[in-house]
Amino acid sequence: MAESQIKPLTMNFGPQHPAAHGVLRLVLEMDGEVVERADPHIGLLHRGTEKLIEYKTYLQAVPYFDRLDYVAPMNQEHAYALAVEKLLGLEVPKRGQYIRVLYAEIGRLLNHLLNITTFALDVGAMTPLLWGFEEREKLMEFYERASGARLHAAYFRPGGVHQDLPAGLLEDIKAWADRFPAFIDDLESLLTNNRIFKQRTVDIGVVTRAEALDLGFSGPVLRGAGAAWDLRTAQPYDSYEDFDFDIPIGKTGDCYARYLVRIEEMRQSLKIIHQAIDKMPDGPVKALDRKVTPPKRGEMKRSMEALIHHFKLYTEGYHVPAGETYTAVEAPKGEFGVFLMSDGSNKPYRCKIRAPGFAFLAAMDFLGRGHMLADTVAIIGSLDIVFGEIDR
Amino acid sequence: MEFIDTYVIPGAIIVAQIMALVVPLLVAVAYLTFFERKVIGAIQLRKGPNVVGPFGLFQPFADALKLLSKETILPAGANKIIFLLAPMLTFILSLIAWAVIPFDKGMVLADINVGVLYLFAVSSLGVYGVIMSGWASNSKYAFLGALRSAAQMVSYEVSIGFVIITVLLCVGSLNLTAIVEAQRTVWFAIPLLPMFVVFFISALAETNRAPFDLPEGESELVAGYFVEYSSMSFALFFLGEYANMILMSGITVVLFLGGWLAPFDIAPFNWVPGPIWFILKISLVLFVFLWVRATFPRYRYDQLMRLGWKVFLPLSLLWVVITAGVLVTFDWVP
Repeated sequence: MAESQIKPLTMNFGPQHPAAHGVLRLVLEMDGEVVERADPHIGLLHRGTEKLIEYKTYLQAVPYFDRLDYVAPMNQEHAYALAVEKLLGLEVPKRGQYIRVLYAEIGRLLNHLLNITTFALDVGAMTPLLWGFEEREKLMEFYERASGARLHAAYFRPGGVHQDLPAGLLEDIKAWADRFPAFIDDLESLLTNNRIFKQRTVDIGVVTRAEALDLGFSGPVLRGAGAAWDLRTAQPYDSYEDFDFDIPIGKTGDCYARYLVRIEEMRQSLKIIHQAIDKMPDGPVKALDRKVTPPKRGEMKRSMEALIHHFKLYTEGYHVPAGETYTAVEAPKGEFGVFLMSDGSNKPYRCKIRAPGFAFLAAMDFLGRGHMLADTVAIIGSLDIVFGEIDR
Repeated sequence: MEFIDTYVIPGAIIVAQIMALVVPLLVAVAYLTFFERKVIGAIQLRKGPNVVGPFGLFQPFADALKLLSKETILPAGANKIIFLLAPMLTFILSLIAWAVIPFDKGMVLADINVGVLYLFAVSSLGVYGVIMSGWASNSKYAFLGALRSAAQMVSYEVSIGFVIITVLLCVGSLNLTAIVEAQRTVWFAIPLLPMFVVFFISALAETNRAPFDLPEGESELVAGYFVEYSSMSFALFFLGEYANMILMSGITVVLFLGGWLAPFDIAPFNWVPGPIWFILKISLVLFVFLWVRATFPRYRYDQLMRLGWKVFLPLSLLWVVITAGVLVTFDWVP
C-alpha cells in the first residue's frame, strides 16, 4: 500500500483579521488546532518611509516618524531627533530634554495601555480595552495641548522640542499621574490573578534569555525573558541619568511575564513623570543655534537676521555635516534605532530604521510552533506588534 | 360541525397558546440584546445604545430591520440546502424547548411527565445546527468553529446530565412542575450548591457564551461557525443563541431556584404572581451571564475540555453518589 501523505490544514490568518493587530498576514499550517508552522507575510502597509525621507529636508522628515509606530508617536521622533543632533553636535537645553523625557514616558504609557488591553482582548477579555482607551484619551489630550495634534505630533525636533508647554499643563499631567495608579490597580484586578488569564498566558510563547538575545529582541519582550537591558539606563540619553527608576524584568519569558513587565513599566514611567514635573528646569526648550532651530516669531518682526534664518530654515533647511550615526532609544516596544547617513547636504543620504517589532514578528514561527491556534493570538498580542513600524 | 369541534377549535387554541408564548419570547430575545449592550456598556464605563428611541429602546428593532434589508449571501462553495437549513434548525430548536417550561402552576404548554428528558433531547440536537453550518459553509474558520462547538457541547452535556440526575433523585419525577413544587421548603440551589454552580457554568458552555465562546472566538476564528452567514440567516443564529440563553436560564431557575415560587412564603412576597417571580429570576441569571461575559477572558479549547471531563464530570458523578447515599441513609427518597 502506498504511503499516503497527510496535508496539513493551511489557514490564512489575516490580513483582515480582528486579532492581526493591523495588516498581518500569517499563513498557518495546522494539524487540527495545533500550529505546525507559522509564516508571517509583511509589506501590506509598506509606504516607503525610508526612501521618502531621502527626499525631504531633515526637518520635513520628522512627521514620518509619527507614522511608524502610531501607538507612541513621539518616541520615534525622539530617536530621529537624537540622531540628527549627534551629527550636528548640538546640545539640547535641559528644559527641552526634560520635556522630551516627560513625553517619551507618556508615549510609553500610551503604548502599554494599548498593548496590555488589546492583549487582554485577544485572550477574550474585552472590558480592559474600553477602560484603557478612556485613559489613553486623556494622554492624547496632553499630546494635543503640547503639540496641537493628538497623534501626528511632530513635537520632538532636532535641537529640542517645537515649543514650550502651555501654562497649567504640567499641573494637569501631575493631577492625572496621581490618579493613574488606581486605574492600574483596577486593570490588574481584572487580569493579573485571573485564573483563566493565567491559563491562557503562563508558559505560552516561552523564550529564554539567550534565545531572546539571539533573535534580536529588545524592550519588554527581552526583559520578560530576564535580561535587564534598557537603553535608558544602559546608555542614557536626554538626561535619563537624572531620574530614579527601576527596570523590571521577568523570569519566565512567557506571555504572562511580558504582561507583568509592562504593568510594572507603567508604574515606573509614572515615577519618571512625577520626577520630570517636579524637577522641570526653566530656560529655553530648544537649542539657540539659529542655523538649526527657528527664531521666536516676535524676534522675526524686529530682526532682519532672524527673518533670514526663518526663511532659510523652512525652505532649504539646514545642512548636516557629512557622517553617519546609529542612534537608538528605548521605545516602548524595544530598541528603536535610526541609522542616519549624511553627505553634507540638507537631506539625509540614507535613513535606515530599526523597528523592534520586526524582530518579534520574525520570531513568530519559533514562538508559535507547537502551540494551539488560540495561543498564536495570545503570542501576537504579547509581542506588541504594530505594522506601521514593521512595514515602514 | 363535528370536524370543527374536534379539530379546528382545539387547533386554534393550541396555535394561540403557541403564539402567546413565542411572541413574548421573541420580544424578550430582542430586549435581551438591548439589555446585554446596556449592562456591558455600564461595566465598560460607556453608555451603550441610547440614540434610537427613548434610552435607545428601539435599538433592537433598528437592528432587526437592518439585518432584514441585507442581502443573503450564499458562498459559492457552500452546500446550499444544508447552509440554509442550519440556521432554521438552530432557531426552531431554541423555540420548541419552551413547550415544557412552566411559568406558573398549570401555566405550561405541554405538561408532559418526561419534561426533563425532552429538554435534554432538544438541547442535544442544538449541536446539529452548528455542525451543519460549519460544514456547509465550506470555510476553514467556520469548520474549526463547528468542530470546537460540537466537542464542547457534547462534553458539557454529560456533566449537565449528572447534575440533572441529582435533582431528579431529590424530586422523584421528570415533570418540571413537580420539580418546582418539590422546592416549596427549600430551593435546590442551597442543598445542591456545588451542582448549581456546575450547572450554571455548564450552561454557559452549552450556550457558547463567554468564557466558553470559543466556537465563535472573535480573536481566533473571527466569528466561528456563522462567519459566512449574513442577513436573516445570520439573524436566525443570533436569535437562536439568545433564545437558548433565556432557555438555559429558565432551566436553571426551574431546577435550582424554585421556578415561579416566591423566595419566602410570607406576606409581601406571595402577593406577587408566580410568572413575575419566574421572569425576575430568569433576568437575574441572565444578568450573571452578561456579567461573566464582560469580566472574563476566554478559555482555550483544550483547557475547556479538561474542565469538562476532568473536573466537572468527576465532581458531578461524586455528587450523584453522595446525594443518593444521603437520601437512602435518612430514608428521604421521594
